[in-house]
Amino acid sequence: MLHRFANPTRFLRLADIIQPWMAWATVLLMGAGLYMGLVVAPADYQQGESVRIMYVHVPSSWMALFCYTGMAISAAVGLIWKHPLADLIAKSTAPIGASFAFLSLLTGSLWGKPMWGTYWVWDARLTSMLVLLFLYLGYMALIEAFDDPTRGTRASSILVLVGVVNVPIIKFSVDWWNTLHQPSSVLKMSGPSIDASMLWPLLLMALAFTTYYLWVMLIRVRAEVAANRIRNLRFRQARGQGED
Amino acid sequence: MCDFINIIRRDLLLALHQGMDWVMVVMFFIIAVVLFPFGVGPEPNILARIAAGIIWVAALLASMLSLERLFQTDYEDGSLELLVLSPMALEWIVLAKVIAHWLTTGLPLILAAPLLAVLLNMNTDGFLMLIAALALGTPSLSLIGAVGAALVLGSRRGGVLLSLLILPLFIPVLIFGVGAVDAVIGGFEARAHMLILGGLMLGSLALCPWAAAAAVRQAVE
Amino acid sequence: MNDFSGKNLVCVRGERTVFQGLDFKLESGGALVLVGANGSGKSSLLRLMAGLLPPAEGTITWNGEDTTEDPESHGGRLHYVGHLDAVKPVLDVAENLAFWAGLRSGGAVMAALEAFGISHLADVPGRFLSAGQKRRVSLARIVVRPAPLWLLDEPTTALDKATIKRLEGTIARHRDGGGMVVISTHSDMGLDAFQMLDLGDFS
Repeated sequence: MLHRFANPTRFLRLADIIQPWMAWATVLLMGAGLYMGLVVAPADYQQGESVRIMYVHVPSSWMALFCYTGMAISAAVGLIWKHPLADLIAKSTAPIGASFAFLSLLTGSLWGKPMWGTYWVWDARLTSMLVLLFLYLGYMALIEAFDDPTRGTRASSILVLVGVVNVPIIKFSVDWWNTLHQPSSVLKMSGPSIDASMLWPLLLMALAFTTYYLWVMLIRVRAEVAANRIRNLRFRQARGQGED
Repeated sequence: MCDFINIIRRDLLLALHQGMDWVMVVMFFIIAVVLFPFGVGPEPNILARIAAGIIWVAALLASMLSLERLFQTDYEDGSLELLVLSPMALEWIVLAKVIAHWLTTGLPLILAAPLLAVLLNMNTDGFLMLIAALALGTPSLSLIGAVGAALVLGSRRGGVLLSLLILPLFIPVLIFGVGAVDAVIGGFEARAHMLILGGLMLGSLALCPWAAAAAVRQAVE
Repeated sequence: MNDFSGKNLVCVRGERTVFQGLDFKLESGGALVLVGANGSGKSSLLRLMAGLLPPAEGTITWNGEDTTEDPESHGGRLHYVGHLDAVKPVLDVAENLAFWAGLRSGGAVMAALEAFGISHLADVPGRFLSAGQKRRVSLARIVVRPAPLWLLDEPTTALDKATIKRLEGTIARHRDGGGMVVISTHSDMGLDAFQMLDLGDFS
């Protein structure tokens, strides 16, 4: 029969197994990452102690992009193969991605004050990250704007796919334009140009953010599944009364 | 091809008959720009400095106004269903409607822009470039806006939602549109800006009719 | 000889299954009347047939060819009359009709208006029309240019007895010419030799 109505029990069972692992992994990785980043890692010879903001700023920027890309892939799968789970994953990812984008902008501007002497500059990297945040917010507004949830899902999926053009712009904005924002020092062809003592806490934090994302995403998907069940019960209730 | 022109003609006819929408858009454009000298003070040098930016932002907002109705009236009276069912590919129909929208919104804005540039004491060197940049940029606004207009069909609070979705996507057009004018006034080459504006237009010409058609299809389901 | 049929159709609106396991088959000259209670999916089935709504499962074929493969040519071979009349208030009746005729390469506007007895309204703007007159303009659209398949969603709404007679005559001529028609209706229409499909059987 239709997978649209297939009970997502298999997914929920899987989620039950994965979720506690993700929770523990998040706690441990984030604890280790923060300890190494805030205590063990050396201060930067140019930037001083404020470089430690990087351990939150860089992973959250990565996650903001990662979540959006994940959303776009899920939305495409949902549109093409009409797979309900993909739609739920896209919908559940949006608020998490938006939070990461916001965190990235917030920590970035706190870091910008001691480094550049200003909280905000209108350069390509910052502007395109701000647009990403707006895309997240637009997606969340659009998905809730319809009485029929499937309409909202489809309309917002198209929006996500249109917004994908922004992702490479953010990634390469520091290479394409001369900006205040420093170029990438980890993800580049010639290998990372960052010292191992700083790279390790950064990678630990990135991993911690990823497991955190998976953890919260699973919780949100379960909540969405439950909300769908409630809606179906309401429909049945309404139809049951119609036949009396 | 004949059908394509047929749709443009019909939308133009409707725009002319229907409450003079395009006049309102131009009026809004002018009033919005005229507010700035009151807001930032009538100091000619300051106005001259920010003239290009003000005109572009006002043009952006003005074209938003009429975007909401791009598909809305056809959606409400059932015409959109029939357009979807017509033998012509929906992407072309969307493109025809976008062209009609540009002719009734973008074009009047371009014509009104030099007048506003005078009011804002803009350097006369920039006039031609302002018109050229608007001519190259406003089609992108109509194209990108069509996607948003199609996405919000049938939603609650369509108008506000439309601005939330579309205005962030207008930012690149704004940046390079203003950049081109400022470059010329500053005595630099505007070629790079204009090339990017042209690229944005070609990019949205390739992508937007397709995305808007997909959005229209799911709206009439 | 054309063949229009659907197999094992499932329709989902919102998150609700409207009907499932529905089959139909129409051949040239045939008529299919859809009956059923409110919400049983008469309109949805017509939208499925038109290609406005993709079936959640099952296929609709025209001469054995899946209609979703080439939606443009399927759109070209059908006329759909929905609940909305698609009459622009600022255009006059002839202009309204000419647009839809033009989109499908020409046709005799005045003859079509005559078929529903509204040729005297040709230069009246749409906003002055009554509900019944608008419906007649909408129906004139289906005769202004021939198409083998007519999908009519409650076409008799707001029509008087005399106009229903005209519609019946138009449908009979269409079927004599090898056309086929699918109608959803609450009231009885005078059609000969039609098949009946009760959507209540498939919920």
